Amino acid sequence: MGFFLEVVLGGLMAGVLYSLVALGFVLIFKASGVFNFAQGAMVLFAALTLVRLMEILKETFSPFLIALLLTIAVMIALAWVIERLVLRPLVNQPGISLFMATLGISYVLDGFGQAVWGSDVYALDVGIPKRPIVLFESMVPGGVLVPSEDLAAALIAGLLVLGLGVFFQRTRIGRALRAVADDHQAAQSVGIPLNTIWVIVWTVAGLVALVAGIVWGSKLGVQFSLGLVALKALPVLILGGFESIVGAVVGGLIIGVGEKVSEVYLGPAVGGGIENWFAYVLALLFLLVRPEGLFGERHIDRV
Amino acid sequence: MSTAPPQRHIGDVLLKLDGISLAFGGVKALDDVSFEVRSHEIRAIIGPNGAGKSSLLNVINGVYHPSQGAVTYKGTTYRQMRPHEAARRGIARTFQNIALFKGMTVLDNIMTGRTLKMHAGFLFQCLYFGKARSEELAHRRKVEHIIDFLQIEHIRKTPVGRLAYGLQKRVELARALAAEPELLLLDEPMAGMNLEEKEDMCRFILDANDEFGTTIVLIEHDMGVVMDLSDRVVVLDYGRKIGDGSPDEVRRNQAVIDAYLGVRH
Repeated sequence: MGFFLEVVLGGLMAGVLYSLVALGFVLIFKASGVFNFAQGAMVLFAALTLVRLMEILKETFSPFLIALLLTIAVMIALAWVIERLVLRPLVNQPGISLFMATLGISYVLDGFGQAVWGSDVYALDVGIPKRPIVLFESMVPGGVLVPSEDLAAALIAGLLVLGLGVFFQRTRIGRALRAVADDHQAAQSVGIPLNTIWVIVWTVAGLVALVAGIVWGSKLGVQFSLGLVALKALPVLILGGFESIVGAVVGGLIIGVGEKVSEVYLGPAVGGGIENWFAYVLALLFLLVRPEGLFGERHIDRV
Repeated sequence: MSTAPPQRHIGDVLLKLDGISLAFGGVKALDDVSFEVRSHEIRAIIGPNGAGKSSLLNVINGVYHPSQGAVTYKGTTYRQMRPHEAARRGIARTFQNIALFKGMTVLDNIMTGRTLKMHAGFLFQCLYFGKARSEELAHRRKVEHIIDFLQIEHIRKTPVGRLAYGLQKRVELARALAAEPELLLLDEPMAGMNLEEKEDMCRFILDANDEFGTTIVLIEHDMGVVMDLSDRVVVLDYGRKIGDGSPDEVRRNQAVIDAYLGVRH
């Protein structure tokens, strides 16, 4: 029993990490209807910037805080540059053109980040405690072992989701974002400045990428493969639905738990490796049965 | 339905177009078009398909920038104006192919029309606290008034995508009115409606003009509607202005008759 709980909890924690990356995708998709292929590259770029700045600033009184503030500034600048150079010339173009543009952004960011900051593996230590803690000792013999860094990650993700939910549902800017996603022209006609809105969305997506970069980076080290976590976000999105913040979280958790449990209990029967393909097969099944995902909006076209 | 009551006061020139030309590649969509709109007036733009009516509307609210000519609005002349700037200056519009936010409810759609009227700080909105709260409530009251006015109470919580076409057109008008515009541009507000829906829409347009004092420029194909509603009519054909005047004058204009019925060769 204790072991099973440990597996499930481990899965939940992995799922939280997937959700963090998926959130960035959902944000941009909600606000512009564009699948932002560059989200993974943004995670890598943000983490690289942070880790290298911390190294440069290590003589100061708080390298992490100063580097964090500087990285936030860099992500805002990045959003502004992307809006100016890429999105503005593509207003009112079909979604596929914008998608291709984000593909380009992803390569430019990957290359630029490594050209500026170097391409080694960097250890990122932001002071998240790493000692595992034991929970439920009274209920389960031996207790359940939980890595405390995973708990911290879960906490951060929870706060982020809460904040984003309030931002989207309660504020005028949130409503403006949803309006822009639905119809560019109509949004402009009621006085919503498209360009400002895009800078805001990409900034928020950049900050989410930064959080994901910090959490993932301190777990795996900051390296090129960090950009590839984006690939794991894809099945999460298909499961949860592209427009739903809640969906990104639930989808991430389901995939995290699913792949850990099936790896541990079914793995030995088929020779292991389930963890690597579980998410994609699940996504495939979802595409066949419920293509809009668990929380996505069903699109009905009038004929 | 009759023409507007005689006591209505038509004011000064609110909008003036001066020698507007617009070309897409080699195609001239508009060629040296000039006319003016007086405040509190209902001004119709008519013309055969492809005459440049929608292009003209798009020039007024800044979607297109004319290659020649200038737009003067409230005494200030603009060479280039962007759509959200036009909205800020009090120009609202509806579209020929309805442009609503399909995933949102009717209420939310109309609330977006209030975008420019909201001033509470960002942080307060997040917290839904203090000024933001009272402001949101004030906006809701205004929006409810418009919902009442257009008789769409029964669908306020329905996602717009599920509504019938005629109702969507009405919601779009509601969103435009929510901005309390001085100038309202309507691109074929009655296209695809049945007789009853058209009569309703006519009444709403006249009432908006009357009650809110909104100046209205509208494009419409239904001649009966145009003749009944408008104070003055502009006629376009192949991007050129071929007629301008009261409905009766336009009806008797030979160039207009030729454009609509064809010329004997």
